[in-house]
Amino acid sequence: MTILTVKDLYKSYGDGDARHTVVDGISFSLERGECFGLLGPNGAGKTTTLRLCLGLTVPDRGRITLVGHEVPADARLARLRIGVVPQMDSLDPDFTVEENIYVYGRYFGMSRAQVRARIDWLLDFSSLTAKRHARIGELSGGMKRRLTLARSLVNDPDLIFMDEPTTGLDPQARHLIWERLKALLVEGKSLLLTTHFMDEAERLCDRLAVIDHGRLIAQGSPQALIAEHIESQVVEVFGDNASQWARRSSHLADRIEFSGETAFCYTDHAESLLQNLAGTEGLRYLHRPANLEDLFLKLTGRDMRD
Amino acid sequence: MASIYYQPPRFSLRFVPLWQRNFLVWRKLAFTSVVGNIAEPLITLVAFGYGLGSMLQRIDGVPYIAYLASGAICMSVMMATTFEALYSAFSRMHVQKTWDALLNTPLDLDDIVLAEMLWAASKSLISGIAILLVLLALGIGWYPGAMLVPPLLFLVGVTFASIALAINALAKGYDFFTYYFTLVLTPMIFLSGVYYPVTQLPGWLQVIAGYLPLSAAVHLVRPLLLGQMPDQVLPSLLLLLAYCAAGFYLATVLTRRRLLK
Repeated sequence: MTILTVKDLYKSYGDGDARHTVVDGISFSLERGECFGLLGPNGAGKTTTLRLCLGLTVPDRGRITLVGHEVPADARLARLRIGVVPQMDSLDPDFTVEENIYVYGRYFGMSRAQVRARIDWLLDFSSLTAKRHARIGELSGGMKRRLTLARSLVNDPDLIFMDEPTTGLDPQARHLIWERLKALLVEGKSLLLTTHFMDEAERLCDRLAVIDHGRLIAQGSPQALIAEHIESQVVEVFGDNASQWARRSSHLADRIEFSGETAFCYTDHAESLLQNLAGTEGLRYLHRPANLEDLFLKLTGRDMRD
Repeated sequence: MASIYYQPPRFSLRFVPLWQRNFLVWRKLAFTSVVGNIAEPLITLVAFGYGLGSMLQRIDGVPYIAYLASGAICMSVMMATTFEALYSAFSRMHVQKTWDALLNTPLDLDDIVLAEMLWAASKSLISGIAILLVLLALGIGWYPGAMLVPPLLFLVGVTFASIALAINALAKGYDFFTYYFTLVLTPMIFLSGVYYPVTQLPGWLQVIAGYLPLSAAVHLVRPLLLGQMPDQVLPSLLLLLAYCAAGFYLATVLTRRRLLK
């Protein structure tokens, strides 16, 4: 069953010559119980797409159906069934951990008793039981993100929107968030997340869409996308002579890309390449299967984005 | 797209939880807040009322301190509601991102603007009533008409909160609010008969003063605290309501333009 359908979505800002299109004809849909990822460089249109789906801004064209409601017309009814973990911390610094959840529950029309029935579970789920009466200023970055996640679950949502849920967190905190998100998927919740961490997308997402310049340029399961767009193996070659070596040995790989001092060699048959490397002095190399990051860089390029 | 910004405000009861949220925060700091709100007008009263009043004796037949107090209470409510709807609302909107979090819930931006407006007015009413109690303790305002003062102060609160929220929607930072205080509110205080009768002003300034919301507020509240009934009640009430309605509509439109991009 489909929980979110986005069809031919367009959104642009500004007028005349200053007009620029941020979302340029995006379509995708999300099945119940699925984790769907929106991937893209900064400024690709991910956050605008999320805002459009929540009815926080009106599209120029296109149709959005969220948990059975038309958005933006019935966005309010839709948002009753949605949880949101925003990119920016928006916890209430005047309240304790527990009060943050209570107050947030009220916005959904929940009574104190209804929130009370969920709060122990929410604090336990986010490993914040010990911090129940702590002020927001006393929490670490990871704790704040977990509280934001707990807060977004107060209304027992069917679908949770997450805008870069682990940006700025240390590895321990990221792993804890990932583990909690997996637990939500096991419970049958649906997740829509934006990220530019490829390992995050690869771990969590059943399906994902790569967005660039407001367009959806690829969509599918991580494995299927990698198989479709990228050679199966990568040999990364580092060292001062890497570029010289790569120019000499370009016939050994299907495709070679350079980034700084590293040559990325893409191939389906790495044996001869590896033999050649074994006989070359002064080079280090890493042989690995192709991953989502390779796909992402192939589709969106290696140029810096702002 | 543009037409969406200009639609009339849509009211719903979903504003209540945000009003409650602001009340809960205030309750934590209530004592400091009320003390601050009373101390400032009290200092004005003592300094001007007793200091200046000892030389002036009577204005329009009443002791200067009673004259001043009956105007200063309107000024204090105006200041209290404006501070809340500028600095505090700006913190919630721009710094703490509280409004962003609210927009992810079933609340709409119109609910947020309404809740902030009513909250600022409520908070200013609390300090207005506290000041009224202090005046009564000083022996000022022991008249039945004083019962009508709190509802009027609430009207003053919603009016200036609405205008301030429109200013808030335009602000890039806290510094912007200084312009509003020094270029709008301070001159208005001197033109609205808080410290001295408007009749002391040149004729053309009196005409301008007649259209200022604080003038209308002072015009309504002062007689009630001096044992008289105000004249020109309906025009003064309508003037305040007009500023309130126009201010609130402007605040809604400008806030939509700012946040629903």
